[in-house]
Amino acid sequence: MIRKWLLKLGVLLAFLPLQAQALLTIEITGGSDAALPIAIVPFGAEGVNAPEDISAIIRNDLASSGRFAPLDEQDLVSRPTEQSQVNFADWRLLRSEGLLIGKISSQDGENYQVQFQLFDVYRGQQLAGKRYQVPASGIRALGHQIADVVYETLTGEKGIFSTRLAFVTQVSASDGKKRFALQISDADGANPRTVLQSTQPIMSPAWSPDGNQLAYVTFENGKSEVFVQKLQSGQRQSVASFDGINSAPAWSPDGRKLALTLSRNGNPEVYVLELSSGELMRVTNNAQAIDTEAVWSPDGDNIFFTSDRGGQPQIYRVPANGGRAERVTFEGNYNASPDISPDGRKLTMVHAVSGRFYIAVQDLKTGALQVLTESGRAESPSFAPNGQMILYATEQKGRGVLAAVSVDGRIHQRLSESGTIVREPAWSPLKK
Amino acid sequence: MNRFKFSALLVALFLLGACSGNTTKDGVGDDVLVEERNGASTSGVSDQNADGRDLGAEASVVVGEDQFSSSELNDPSNPLSNRIIYFDYDSASVRPQDQAIVEAHAAYLGKNPNLTVRLEGHTDERGSREYNLALGERRALSIRQLLMLQGASAQQFRVTSFGEERPAVDGSDESAWSQNRRVEIVYIGR
Repeated sequence: MIRKWLLKLGVLLAFLPLQAQALLTIEITGGSDAALPIAIVPFGAEGVNAPEDISAIIRNDLASSGRFAPLDEQDLVSRPTEQSQVNFADWRLLRSEGLLIGKISSQDGENYQVQFQLFDVYRGQQLAGKRYQVPASGIRALGHQIADVVYETLTGEKGIFSTRLAFVTQVSASDGKKRFALQISDADGANPRTVLQSTQPIMSPAWSPDGNQLAYVTFENGKSEVFVQKLQSGQRQSVASFDGINSAPAWSPDGRKLALTLSRNGNPEVYVLELSSGELMRVTNNAQAIDTEAVWSPDGDNIFFTSDRGGQPQIYRVPANGGRAERVTFEGNYNASPDISPDGRKLTMVHAVSGRFYIAVQDLKTGALQVLTESGRAESPSFAPNGQMILYATEQKGRGVLAAVSVDGRIHQRLSESGTIVREPAWSPLKK
Repeated sequence: MNRFKFSALLVALFLLGACSGNTTKDGVGDDVLVEERNGASTSGVSDQNADGRDLGAEASVVVGEDQFSSSELNDPSNPLSNRIIYFDYDSASVRPQDQAIVEAHAAYLGKNPNLTVRLEGHTDERGSREYNLALGERRALSIRQLLMLQGASAQQFRVTSFGEERPAVDGSDESAWSQNRRVEIVYIGR
């Protein structure tokens, strides 16, 4: 087994670096009028030629979030790199609320010292300031980490720039055959890496709560099958290959169980698989209906799922250890693909109206439903780990692309990758 | 390459990852300008870049079972040459015009109990992928039930759903969708 693994890995190491590293790029496609003005001064570089422009990474993160409007570089009145050089009155004139300065230095060109300071321009006070030491290869990730600090300091919500995305790509090879890949990238689309390649479709990637593993569905053995794969080693294991459907994996919040859809007893039902023991527990029991797409409430007590037991797909909720299911969605005749916000208060789903498919969010307490997207080809919504954005798949000019919308529907982002069909997005948890 | 070399490579990769851990000095001071704290913590910064390359897996390609072929199945004037049943949107009911095709296959399977068929259920691309995977199975099971009612026996079937994942026709209009909502009857002998 291990030997087989190593051999496979070897083949991959040989050819994967040659794979095209297509990049997802984020653009804001709507609604950032409430964005907070911030001045991001290019970091001072003391006699170094850093391999990455760290202030550009921070600026790009904050701008692409739609929550910030960085001042244009030519509008910066001065280029301070430390507090003694800052004249707050100048920055107040520019109506910038925040001011970010910093510098980067290196003695040996291999290790870099980076520091930043974030100021409240109106009070003339430092809000955050840190110093780091990183190898050249860590500068990009550090940029995201600093952007997270700025975001959290100024909005009060967790930043998500250090998180990752998982998604499935499809390309048509020169022989006309389709090639599928499960990829992960940084939240800004950089640093894409291939987790799995196959000539057969790949579906439904799901992050483990610690962000170290992905569960997903493949058809590589001629039928649907659920695998769990460790991201660092690439080691993977088939966890469900029963007769019938094996699909829709969802990790329990403690990472010890997977909810799955299995039709081993003749009809698609939701089961919970305990990963350590392999023990299966059946959660739903409705012989006439499709029950699928389980997702856990953040406290692990309940499972939400899609069922057509009422004649049309709707979202239901059932206690995770079994019990009576109750219907959660009532508006419209097609609600599917549920995901629950990290605070447990909101449900996002695909909501169809007259054969068109939208991303909607429902307040679980009041039941109020809001449609967030305009194009009628949306699917596979997934909450960002701070609950502020919803990532989903849609179509643009006949090609699958990813997009994101803020939970209030105001900010719209599009993440596109040139020449590739992209779908089935899943947002990683926050880094622990 | 042999096993030892790969193990060595893995160890090397692991060490590489371990060595590239960043020291992040994280000051959370209120009024301290830039605070520096001693003691390096390998923060999350390095984790993502530690391997620095693709460590992926390649799904093995399964060679399909041998398909069975006969003169009856290949004769275009024989209803048995028709081995794709199409469906209406979100439906698993066989349409009246396709009943004769299903009957012909049921009779053929009844006469040839040594034959096995794989029923592959498919849907169009609209709506939830996971729901469609289940719908594809429902369509295949609905064909199976009809075939069994009309003479075939339970051991003669394998049922697989591909949901919307393997369209017969690429495209996002009713013409493509109607050709993708289907069950394919694949004779695989025994």
